[in-house]
Amino acid sequence: MFKRKHYFALGAVTLVTVLLLSLPSRAVSHLKLAIGGLFLPLFGAVSTARQLPVRAADTILPRSELLQEVETLQRENQRLEVQNLQTTATARENDQLRVLLGWQQQQPWKLKLASVVLRDPANWWRTIQIDLGKRDGLVENLPVLTSDGLVGRVSSVGLTRSQVVLVEDPSCRVSAQVLNPAHDLGVISPGGPLENSLVDLAYLSGNATLKPGQEVVTSGEGGIFPAGIPVGQIVDSRQAEFGLYTEARVKLSANLGALDQVWVLLNPQLN
Amino acid sequence: MNVLQTILILAAAFLAVFAEAAFQLPRQCFGAQVDLLPALMIYAALNTSIVTVSLLAALGGLWFDALSANPLGISILPLFAVGFPICLRRDLILRDLPFAQVILGAAASALVPALTVLLLLTGGQQPLLGWGSFWQWLVMAAGGAVATPVIFALFDWCQHALGYQPQTETSFRPDREIRRDRKLN
Repeated sequence: MFKRKHYFALGAVTLVTVLLLSLPSRAVSHLKLAIGGLFLPLFGAVSTARQLPVRAADTILPRSELLQEVETLQRENQRLEVQNLQTTATARENDQLRVLLGWQQQQPWKLKLASVVLRDPANWWRTIQIDLGKRDGLVENLPVLTSDGLVGRVSSVGLTRSQVVLVEDPSCRVSAQVLNPAHDLGVISPGGPLENSLVDLAYLSGNATLKPGQEVVTSGEGGIFPAGIPVGQIVDSRQAEFGLYTEARVKLSANLGALDQVWVLLNPQLN
Repeated sequence: MNVLQTILILAAAFLAVFAEAAFQLPRQCFGAQVDLLPALMIYAALNTSIVTVSLLAALGGLWFDALSANPLGISILPLFAVGFPICLRRDLILRDLPFAQVILGAAASALVPALTVLLLLTGGQQPLLGWGSFWQWLVMAAGGAVATPVIFALFDWCQHALGYQPQTETSFRPDREIRRDRKLN
């Protein structure tokens, strides 16, 4: 039944697998990014193909509609400028108070916009790849977010693209805080393979009083995510491990199933 | 056709891995992404040599793991574990029957992710698993079952279009010609 070439093939495949699995993690990371680089021409082709309908729609859009859109955007811009003035004044006041109390000054967030190019093809991981890398100043463990809330963290960085582990992945644990009077602290853990927008908030204190709709934000503990990034809202809660701690389900603010563009926080100021 | 067929299969595997990462329609509709590599492996195991099967397992697995959070190389063995026994016993399989293709595609598409997850758990990884994983597993098996006959049809068409065609044989054979002419005395 077995011919010599079958033995040879079996041995060769096993040897290659064992060699790859025993490589050091740094070499594996570089090798992965190098092999992933083979797909670069296809990234470009897909993004061009996605832009074609948008460009086609732009060319046939009537001028009156464009002018109306410009007017709406100008109004929105003016409103945001006024809001920015108020925010700047509040930030200045905050800085003065911090100086008076001897606390560390807060730096404004430095954000960089990235496009999502790929999603993890495996069903048991939740990662995405973005089109920013080392040459854009990215390093590992930078927080990634959208205007709605937290998305995840940068897990590995290549020259032109990086892998981001989403909040719902088992390898991304986030220390979070419920915005209730007790400011209960917990750890965000994945919900389930089919849950796209729900995660669990575990290890809350046994007597935590949680109500649906309460906001959950990052606590700033853990050394990766700065405090105050919105994570989601409490859906429901239950006692776990015979009342030892409380566990809650949290509906994520960011829609992780439809991510097109994300912001990478380049200067996370940690507690 | 052998080298061309190998190149075509590897190119298809490359595109399949990219499509799985770039297009999210199955995930949005059914909650799981369908893996096309096991279906390709069935075709390769039934129609090509062990060299092509090994190359598909090694390169397909590497490409898949490079775009995934899997440890690099973990998908190679499950793919090979499906392709190798089929390649050995392919004379016993009615490879041209669509029913056989569907059954083999479903079995391979169910076995490859199960073996991969088993290897991940053995290696101390913590993949995202739960009751929903059974649904994802069924979707993957069903997707593979549907994809396998399509892949067979596609590659048969390619082979027909690009490969050498066997010379058509006529029923006429000069050595068996019956001479009916009357002998002239």
